[in-house]
Amino acid sequence: MIRIDCPQCGVRDYTEFTYGGDATLQRPTSDCDDQIIWHDYVYQRENPRGLLRELWQHSQGCRCWLEVERNTVTHDIQSVQLASGGSVSGGTR
Amino acid sequence: MSYSAFSVFRHALTGNRHWPRAWRDPEPKKHYQAIIVGGGGHGLATAYYLAKEHGITNVAVLEKGYLGGGNVGRNTTIIRSNYMLDGNGPFYELGMKLWEKMSLDLNYNVMFSSRGVINLAHSKAQFDAFARRGNSMRLNGIDAELLTREQVREQVPHLDFSEHARFPIFGGLCQPRGGTARHDAVAWGYARAADQLGVDLIQNCEVNGFIREEGAIVGVQTSRGEIRADKIGLAVAGNTSVVAAKAGLERLPIESHVLQAFVTEAYKPFVDTVVTFGAGHFYISQSDKGGLVFGGDLDGYNSYAQRGGMYVAEDVITAGLAIFPQLGRLKLLRNWGGVMDMSMDGSPIICKTETPGLYLNAGWCYGGFKATPASGWCFAHTIARDEPHPLNAAYTLDRFSRGYAIDEKGVGAVPGHH
Ligand SMILES: Cc1cc2nc3c(=O)[nH]c(=O)nc-3n(C[C@H](O)[C@H](O)[C@H](O)COP(=O)(O)OP(=O)(O)OC[C@H]3O[C@@H](n4cnc5c(N)ncnc54)[C@H](O)[C@@H]3O)c2cc1C
Ligand SMILES: [Zn+2]
Repeated sequence: MIRIDCPQCGVRDYTEFTYGGDATLQRPTSDCDDQIIWHDYVYQRENPRGLLRELWQHSQGCRCWLEVERNTVTHDIQSVQLASGGSVSGGTR
Repeated sequence: MSYSAFSVFRHALTGNRHWPRAWRDPEPKKHYQAIIVGGGGHGLATAYYLAKEHGITNVAVLEKGYLGGGNVGRNTTIIRSNYMLDGNGPFYELGMKLWEKMSLDLNYNVMFSSRGVINLAHSKAQFDAFARRGNSMRLNGIDAELLTREQVREQVPHLDFSEHARFPIFGGLCQPRGGTARHDAVAWGYARAADQLGVDLIQNCEVNGFIREEGAIVGVQTSRGEIRADKIGLAVAGNTSVVAAKAGLERLPIESHVLQAFVTEAYKPFVDTVVTFGAGHFYISQSDKGGLVFGGDLDGYNSYAQRGGMYVAEDVITAGLAIFPQLGRLKLLRNWGGVMDMSMDGSPIICKTETPGLYLNAGWCYGGFKATPASGWCFAHTIARDEPHPLNAAYTLDRFSRGYAIDEKGVGAVPGHH
């Protein structure tokens, strides 16, 4: 079982989370009308065999989106942080 | 040598000790006309059809492990062509036709069994949707029959037809010519037939890099040295992104995900078709040895691990018990995982790439076993003629940027959902 150390809630089974995929993709701004940029964002993936920065939402916990660095071969998790980039304010955990 | 009833008897008399090996174990040559990377079902079938249909016999298949050690030897062997969209239907139907004569064609018993594939419907709305699918199949010349609840009951009496059923069975859609085949035999049959036509099957030969000259790919670097070729086709399934990146295709519309399969202990004859659950993701058939072979959802996150998690095992088994409660009495014998090349629209890619000399076969998702013959046939055509056959013309890489995605399920660009 993959276990993710949520900065808000502590270590939880991955079944409490919803997968959000590759976190390195940058959504183009809504006024971007370059089809290639949109195509790359929607369809193209690096799909690494090894470390992947990915999104998981703690949908059955604090509901925060997390950015997790996980190895796609061993499932070892290297780091977990809030996707918003913010830090956890004292006392929640 | 050719296999026949006579050869079986003759070798039985000498205790089966003198069968010749099924294919050679050659040293790689310095140069080939074509190299296929990946000795799974698709790579081996491609090599076979290159030799047989196009007379290109100076071909090598390079496999990093052993032949058939990838998904071709890990799948639940369901064969069907019950597709609705134009790009898909006729392609998979070519596959059905090749399956029907494969054992004869390869002189190898692949145990193809047209036992029928029944998709269960659990509501009137689902039944109507199946009617629509069945009609589009028939428009493409593919067999499809709508079954009432009673007709399903006649064919699969052990399904839960009681009033306790959580998802009562309303009816079903059947493709009578669909079925199963012996997966290993498919790999071995194509391997042996390709070898007999002169194809070199090189095992323990991992492709680690590509040789480029003036913008074209002209060879590969492997764990057994450099090998050059005029044309190089990739058929590495779950490892497509890794291998293609080395050839300069840095990003592809593909993610790798793990899918699990399960087999129970051998059991008396219980279900003689393939059955799929309509209210959850679960499919099941019974092997000739008696084991019930089944599977369900992907694990749900990117993975190159050839194993899955217990949670999905539980989920798949729960879905199974909803239609076959008596499965609960059986012991699970084995379970394993394979790495799937999930594409962004759930449909495959068989095409020439923009790099001269490089051809791509990928994006098979859950359904690449049934596609093995058609995929090999079309990929061989594309490599030999430098243009796609009409049947794989829709399976290009640029279909996503042109707005021609072939999304059979209509779930959008989330590969894990196809
Ligand atoms: C659990 C499970 C159940 C499935 N059930 C079904 C089903 O019921 N029906 C269906 O139609 N499909 C099913 N599939 C899908 C099907 O098995 C695959 O889509 C199909 O086998 C992929 O094509 P292949 O046979 O060529 O792949 P593989 O057999 O995986 O062949 C790819 C080969 O490439 C080799 N390779 C990788 N990298 C390199 C390298 N760098 N150098 C050299 N060689 C390399 C690998 O070792 C491997 O042998 C299932 C898959 C799984 C995992
Ligand atoms: Zn949390």
